[in-house]
Amino acid sequence: MTTQVSSGTAACPGCIAAPAEPARPIPEDVQIALSLPGIHCSACIATVERELNAYPGVEDARVNLTLKRAMIKAAPDIRAADLIPVLEQAGFEAHELDPGALSATQSDKAGRDLLMRLAVAGFASMNVMLLSVSVWSGASDATRDMFHWISAAIALPAIAFSAQPFFANAWSALRVRRLNMDVPIVLAIVLALVTSLWETALSGAHAYFDAALTLTFFLLAGRYLDYRTRAVARSAAEELTALEVPRAIRLVNGAEEEVAVSALAAGDLILVRPGGRMPVDGEIVSGQSELDRSLLTGETLPVFAQEGLAVSAGEVNLTGPLTIRATAVGEDTSLHRMADLVAIAESGRSRYTSLADKAAKLYAPGVHILSALSFLGWYIYSGDIRTALNIAAAVLIITCPCALGLAVPAVTTAASGRLFRMGMLIKHATALERLAEVDTVVFDKTGTLTSGAPELTNLGDHSRADLEVALALAEASSHPLSVALARAAREAGIKPASLRDVAEVPGYGTEGFVNDQRVRLGRAAWVGGEDGAQTAAWLSVGSQPPVRFTFTDSLRPGAADAVAAFRAAGKEVILISGDTQGAVQRLADKLGIETWIAQALPQDKAARVQELGAQGRHVLMVGDGLNDTAALAAAHVSISPASALDAARVASDIVLLGNDLSPIAEACDTAIKATRRIRENFRIATIYNVIAVPLAVAGLATPLIAALAMSTSSITVSLNALRLR
Amino acid sequence: MEVLAYLIPISLFLGGVGLVAFIYTVRSNQYEDPEGDARRILSDEWDDKPKP
Repeated sequence: MTTQVSSGTAACPGCIAAPAEPARPIPEDVQIALSLPGIHCSACIATVERELNAYPGVEDARVNLTLKRAMIKAAPDIRAADLIPVLEQAGFEAHELDPGALSATQSDKAGRDLLMRLAVAGFASMNVMLLSVSVWSGASDATRDMFHWISAAIALPAIAFSAQPFFANAWSALRVRRLNMDVPIVLAIVLALVTSLWETALSGAHAYFDAALTLTFFLLAGRYLDYRTRAVARSAAEELTALEVPRAIRLVNGAEEEVAVSALAAGDLILVRPGGRMPVDGEIVSGQSELDRSLLTGETLPVFAQEGLAVSAGEVNLTGPLTIRATAVGEDTSLHRMADLVAIAESGRSRYTSLADKAAKLYAPGVHILSALSFLGWYIYSGDIRTALNIAAAVLIITCPCALGLAVPAVTTAASGRLFRMGMLIKHATALERLAEVDTVVFDKTGTLTSGAPELTNLGDHSRADLEVALALAEASSHPLSVALARAAREAGIKPASLRDVAEVPGYGTEGFVNDQRVRLGRAAWVGGEDGAQTAAWLSVGSQPPVRFTFTDSLRPGAADAVAAFRAAGKEVILISGDTQGAVQRLADKLGIETWIAQALPQDKAARVQELGAQGRHVLMVGDGLNDTAALAAAHVSISPASALDAARVASDIVLLGNDLSPIAEACDTAIKATRRIRENFRIATIYNVIAVPLAVAGLATPLIAALAMSTSSITVSLNALRLR
Repeated sequence: MEVLAYLIPISLFLGGVGLVAFIYTVRSNQYEDPEGDARRILSDEWDDKPKP
């Protein structure tokens, strides 16, 4: 649909002078992207496309069911906000996606490139194999030579094209004087081609063109699997990022205009509506409200906000509209400064060597030495360089890490697929291996173990009359505490009292009148109560003494199960939070966590995680806020929920898509199983080598034996990996 | 054995046709939405004439 070059929209004079640009990247065409989590059948596709295409101004709309996404080309004045209600009316949930954040999956050049090379290698190996089978079954003399020459004519260009990724990798490793898995691969391929050409020229009996090609094909298949797994995770992670469209409302001479956050400059006046997130650091110039800082500090108590208060990007405005003057934008915001902490912490993680690298480190020199020794041995024994080189090539081909190349990606593909169905997104290639080693689990409190939504705790302490008034007042506000109170009261069957002149006073609470008595629900200071350690709202009715409604953060579903499962598996569970002593202790007691730390600053969290790492522990960090970001990056492996801040999701290896925490413990089990399979696979590959290598060294290996050993070991390894599904 | 003179070029040609066809499908984004394509085939829309 979108491959065609975009219509010539280049209107500026500069573009006419410039030589024709290469086809512009695909996303340029797409103006609006919508996420449609609810679509699932052909009727859904048809309805969505019909509704969208019928909307005036929409040029073309196409649904992608695999990604559950709609891409819309439309006139410049059409906005996603116009289209979402259209779809909602038709019964589909729709969210706007930021097309900029989606671009990487759209132009999936690397994946396509690998697929193309895989196809060429597959085509060539099948044709060459056909010719080889004829040779093995008895073609001789001139016929055999002709078959070998045809094989050579197919194999040489095919390998020159499809084995390029291996050549490039091997070269970049050799340039820094290191060995990786690709060096023996390239050596085997090149040596096989050279000796086979030589043999063919001298009309010898054995040529390894088919082996060189099948090797390339199997290894490319491994690479492609590996790539696909990560591409799926990346595109899902991008979708999460793209859901937060970076827009802000700027006030210019009193008029509101919607602009991209990147277009904001220091000194701009920005309007932040209730429920909105601060796009930049700044200072409040007008308005009163309350701010939810839990994503930044872990505190659950909202902060009172009025003129003059400094705000940081990422805080959420709760009640009244606020106008802020930007003091720092983009890179200078505290959000971004936090990213520097992450960069420092991250260097620790890159020291991890994957199982595949460990195997390569043992394997590559071993193979080279073995092959060189058999060359030398045969050269001294027979004095014939051709025989010696043939045997050295046979040793390299037979030991070539075909199965080793598949051993890891086949398992990680199967395991990632299984975890994805459980609602976990594996973002990092070695995350599973690291997860399997975990012995200590560090949890953040707010937003991770708790859902971040308050829950009323003392409904029973109040008289029915008070509750009726409180419900009526709470329903007039969208403050999280009001919403929680209203929900609890409704569930208890309370009917709202009838009030008049109900008004919300942003930053303070709601007030109204009942029988000429003033009633207020809100902050302690405003209503006349005393501030306590617990999250609370106060209610006053006329001149009666105010009463207190206390709230606690509700537990995230599955949190108790996950903690219990970790403790049962013998892992140490630690709770570190930026919240107050009392709140953290209550939660730790409730879940049975023995070690907890309250009022931790972001640096404290990271330092504690690093300290545990220095003691030789393998720490799994689970967190969602900006204050967890450095700790997430410092940990051995990290998980963040989908509701986390973008920065936290980027810093973590695994993203939990659902609301439920219980898959985390299961993921650890899957990771342990996956690592076991990888080791098994290495063992299987080694066994094949132990059988086939003596044959090769003894000079008894034929291309037929090489082909059999290679295919059976690759297939066994893949089947073993499939047991994980 | 003369038959080889026909059969080998034919087999190579047929293989080549398959390869070219595959490359064409990759280039024209036919693997972008495998699930959606599997469902679209069941839809009655554009059965009479192709979508413009």
